[in-house]
Amino acid sequence: MITDQTESIISKAKNKRNLKRQNNIQILGYALVWLSAIIAVAVVFWIIGYVLSQGLQLINLEFLTTRPAGGVSGEGGMSTTIVTTLYLVVLTIVIATPLGVGAAVYLVEYAGDASRESKLVGFLVKAARTGVEILAGVPSIIFGLFGFALFVSYMKLGFSLISASLSGAALILPTIIRTSEEALLTVPRSYREGSLSLGATKWHTIFNVVLPTAIPGIVTGIVLSVGRIIAETAIFWVTLGGSYHLPESIMNSGRSMALHVYMLASETRAFDKAMATASILIIIIILLNLSINIISRRLTARVAGKL
Amino acid sequence: MRSTETNHDKFHIEDLEVYYDDFRALKDVCLSIKSNRITSIIGPSGCGKSTFLRAFNRMNDLIPNVTTKGQVIKENQDINELDIVDLRKSVGMIFQRPNPFPKSIFDNVAYGPRAHGVRSMVELDEIVERSLQQAALWEEVKDRLDKSALALSGGQQQRLCIARALAVDPDVILMDEPASALDPIATLRIEDLIQELKGSVTIIIVTHNMQQAARASDYTAFFNMDEDRAGYLVEFGETEKVFTFPEKKLTEDYISGRFG
Repeated sequence: MITDQTESIISKAKNKRNLKRQNNIQILGYALVWLSAIIAVAVVFWIIGYVLSQGLQLINLEFLTTRPAGGVSGEGGMSTTIVTTLYLVVLTIVIATPLGVGAAVYLVEYAGDASRESKLVGFLVKAARTGVEILAGVPSIIFGLFGFALFVSYMKLGFSLISASLSGAALILPTIIRTSEEALLTVPRSYREGSLSLGATKWHTIFNVVLPTAIPGIVTGIVLSVGRIIAETAIFWVTLGGSYHLPESIMNSGRSMALHVYMLASETRAFDKAMATASILIIIIILLNLSINIISRRLTARVAGKL
Repeated sequence: MRSTETNHDKFHIEDLEVYYDDFRALKDVCLSIKSNRITSIIGPSGCGKSTFLRAFNRMNDLIPNVTTKGQVIKENQDINELDIVDLRKSVGMIFQRPNPFPKSIFDNVAYGPRAHGVRSMVELDEIVERSLQQAALWEEVKDRLDKSALALSGGQQQRLCIARALAVDPDVILMDEPASALDPIATLRIEDLIQELKGSVTIIIVTHNMQQAARASDYTAFFNMDEDRAGYLVEFGETEKVFTFPEKKLTEDYISGRFG
């Protein structure tokens, strides 16, 4: 009896000690996790803060609305680069979205049946899937070289908006295909069955039920791609050229904001203007990322019927 | 209103077999479905009830590697020779879980007619109101037709799906355990609705609920599976007869709850 009691007291004490030790380990763990989080965030804020502190003081309405003057001095503003970036983004998205979403629809809705019917198609589909995976990891300059060789030289489109947009479209195509594929895969089978059971054709079902339901995911992929196009430099250096004039047609050369930052920093003495342009770039990217959250939340709510 | 003649058969099933790859899920099913009557299909889980139901509108064709043998004849025509769009238009389906589209109530009901080319708003308005009324949902939703269907309760969603099916004017409605995801009150409303539809539409309903089959249907088909897990038809007849004087011992055992 007595031994039993003592034993239980001892084991209770042991338990307490164990608990305390576990608790300490837990606290240490938390501290480490927090520390790494703080370091990571601090580095990001330091970079952004440094660029903004150097760049913001130069930014005024004049800087935003004056054309760059060219030359080694880096005189002038950045107006044409803003407009060129806008042209580039719109043109690239217009080229890449139908192709990317179309490819995703084929892969998700049709490829399965087609591969079962023919071995060759099955092989091609597999090759396409692997291709998309690989392309997603290829450095952007490779797309630039490809665009330079094919569009700029071989097709004689020269350094131009169209060469740059076609190359940019190739760059973001894997992203759009993959995000659209994932979005299409999340559409419940019951929606498809419900539509088909009403006598709607497969095509009608895809267009009227599947795609509208997948829209939030697809839009997220597109907005991510917009960010990519705004941020890329190397690929446009070899396809868009670098003219600081405003392109008057899609056959003209131009200079996006990121390209402007690069050229100011590497070829002129106007490092402060590079910082100012970089600040604008950062602000746009931040706004874009915020808008992804808002857009996808709103679209998801609408699809889910909460709006 | 459609004619309410009930003497003729809507479907003849002859030697129906369904395979998933090499697995035989359903074998040697022969029976006739009476027009404008309610036929319930009962049996233990996995005996091929849903597979059987999905043979009537060829929904099994959507699943890769499914092969169907034998014949399903709808009013003297093999359904494989009918245009799939026409077949599914005339044979509606209600699923186990309500599956309204993430669209407004109006767009859900108008979906079928639109898919078949109805564009006139006047006509669509008329179809939507009529279908919702037939599905006993009109009074509850008439003031919020433009609101999302997903905001409705489960029972309302299922009645909306019935309205959606009715909107393309089918002569047959297949129901795959339509009340299994609903609470008892919503279940009763669906059952009432089924009774109201009887007479103008042929209804084939798969159910797990023996009481439901007994009180709601005119004919009952009892399925079971053999040692190879292939589903087969044990007994088919008027519900009253199947439930009170079953011909087969197996049917009696199942109905009295001795297995399943």
